[in-house]
Amino acid sequence: MGMSWQGEALIEGAAAGPALRLDAPLSFWGGVDPASGEICLAGHPQLGERITGTVLVIERLVGSSSSSAVMLELLYRSIGPAALILGTRDAILPIGSLVAQQMGWTPCPVILLKDPPFATGDMVRVERETIYKDDA
Amino acid sequence: MHLTQIERGILAGETGTVGGRMAMEIVVAAGRMLGAGALVPVVSSHIDGCLYHGDSGVLFCERLADEGARVQVPSSTNVGALNLLKPDQCRLPPDQRKMAFRLMQAHDRMGCSPSWTCAPYQAGARPSAGEQIAWGESNAVAFANTVLGARTNRYGDFLDIACAITGRAPLYGLHTDAARRGEIVIDVSALSPALRDEDSFYPVLGALIGTLSRESVPVLTGITPEQASEDRLKALCAGAASTGSTALIHIIGVTPEAPTLEAALGGEPARERVDVTAAMIREARDSLSRTQGDTVDCIALGSPHFSARECRTLLRLLNGRASRVPIYLCTGRHVMETLAIDGTDTALAALGVEFVVDTCVVVTPILPPGGGAMMTNSAKFAHYAKGNTGHDPVFGSLTDCVESAVAGRLVRDFALWG
Repeated sequence: MGMSWQGEALIEGAAAGPALRLDAPLSFWGGVDPASGEICLAGHPQLGERITGTVLVIERLVGSSSSSAVMLELLYRSIGPAALILGTRDAILPIGSLVAQQMGWTPCPVILLKDPPFATGDMVRVERETIYKDDA
Repeated sequence: MHLTQIERGILAGETGTVGGRMAMEIVVAAGRMLGAGALVPVVSSHIDGCLYHGDSGVLFCERLADEGARVQVPSSTNVGALNLLKPDQCRLPPDQRKMAFRLMQAHDRMGCSPSWTCAPYQAGARPSAGEQIAWGESNAVAFANTVLGARTNRYGDFLDIACAITGRAPLYGLHTDAARRGEIVIDVSALSPALRDEDSFYPVLGALIGTLSRESVPVLTGITPEQASEDRLKALCAGAASTGSTALIHIIGVTPEAPTLEAALGGEPARERVDVTAAMIREARDSLSRTQGDTVDCIALGSPHFSARECRTLLRLLNGRASRVPIYLCTGRHVMETLAIDGTDTALAALGVEFVVDTCVVVTPILPPGGGAMMTNSAKFAHYAKGNTGHDPVFGSLTDCVESAVAGRLVRDFALWG
């Protein structure tokens, strides 16, 4: 049992994992190491944490449009997030996932949900436009 | 989202190549994600995606090329990860260097013009005011919108080449009148005329504008068209696009759609007004330096790529004196060809200038490892130096850079800054 929310599926799919909510803005380009999946931006509060396998919750995107390329590289190496929940409308990261799909690599579902209420450690599941949170 | 019959046909695979269909899928998907109502035809593209970030991007561009994708509009290329005229200048491991080369080749095969420059607008790519384009590279985007009055959002990896292949972009953002309206007025008319006539004022002002305007479209007043030389505007746009997400600055009297303040604001009142003081501009200048003491280990010039005029100014300022530290001068082939005519290239090299062509020192490992103090007259280099190269930036004018290079230690003259 648990609660569910309806968002907008930017990239459709189903996945589950522990939520990792970014505590500060992060550009994937220059902010996530495409070889390890670790947050590598000096001074970021979550420096050194791995985004691999998480349901990554990003309220506000910043930075370089080369972040699409970092997203694709993470998915190509099978070290990407399990899913993305975006708080603001954006195409940069979803495009990385779309290209992965075109290339036959496992894409990462992306859902748009304003003011996503998830905290780091919540167990979250996404299915098309629905997000479920399991009870602790 | 409204799609034309041709667009639907390409998506359905009824017409065109598989590569063309993949590109159309990307442009349409991006349009849906961004809430665009339709696609808009574009007349040119500038491709940022030829810089190597990993093997996956190479495999994707090769797939597009293999599947018959070809650009439908003139498409210049931004920097790659290699100096193709001197590949061993870059310290990438051999396997990555090979992949970086394959990525540049794939763009060649798709019909891009191999300009390999972040200043395409100084290499012949000059769209006209009001034309819809799909450009990548933040400084080029800001220059195209601000100085040329063409219309583009910031298009990055995959979407840039997809727009070039389809000849279309999602109709949203800076392609539309509504999103181009100025919102925040930045007035520099209180600053001394001498400072406003100093080249190194412009990258600093750009950095300040990027910080002040955040997501808004800024309107700049207090600069005369005579002061606004092309190289100054280039430095201004690059600074703003580095510290902020600025992709358009309405400069009154310079930007084609901003002949007056009223026109720039679209007849509405400004949401915010900032009168720039000498103290604000000094603080913005100082935020571009991170070193203590007077050490200078190298000089980096050319972000955006130096023009022929800037190269000749450098030669004149050096005035026959050799540099004690390496001067890395980043520029494009279009400039090298010009410099070769009168021997400016060999004259600069003889004084300690190392040319970095087709690429630049903050996007690929060229500077010696281990860090150090990197002096520059570019706000963009100063902004990205630490994160991308490990070097600590020191900002100064081109004259300061030259005097420091010759002295082998930091020499700066900030008298004009008050």
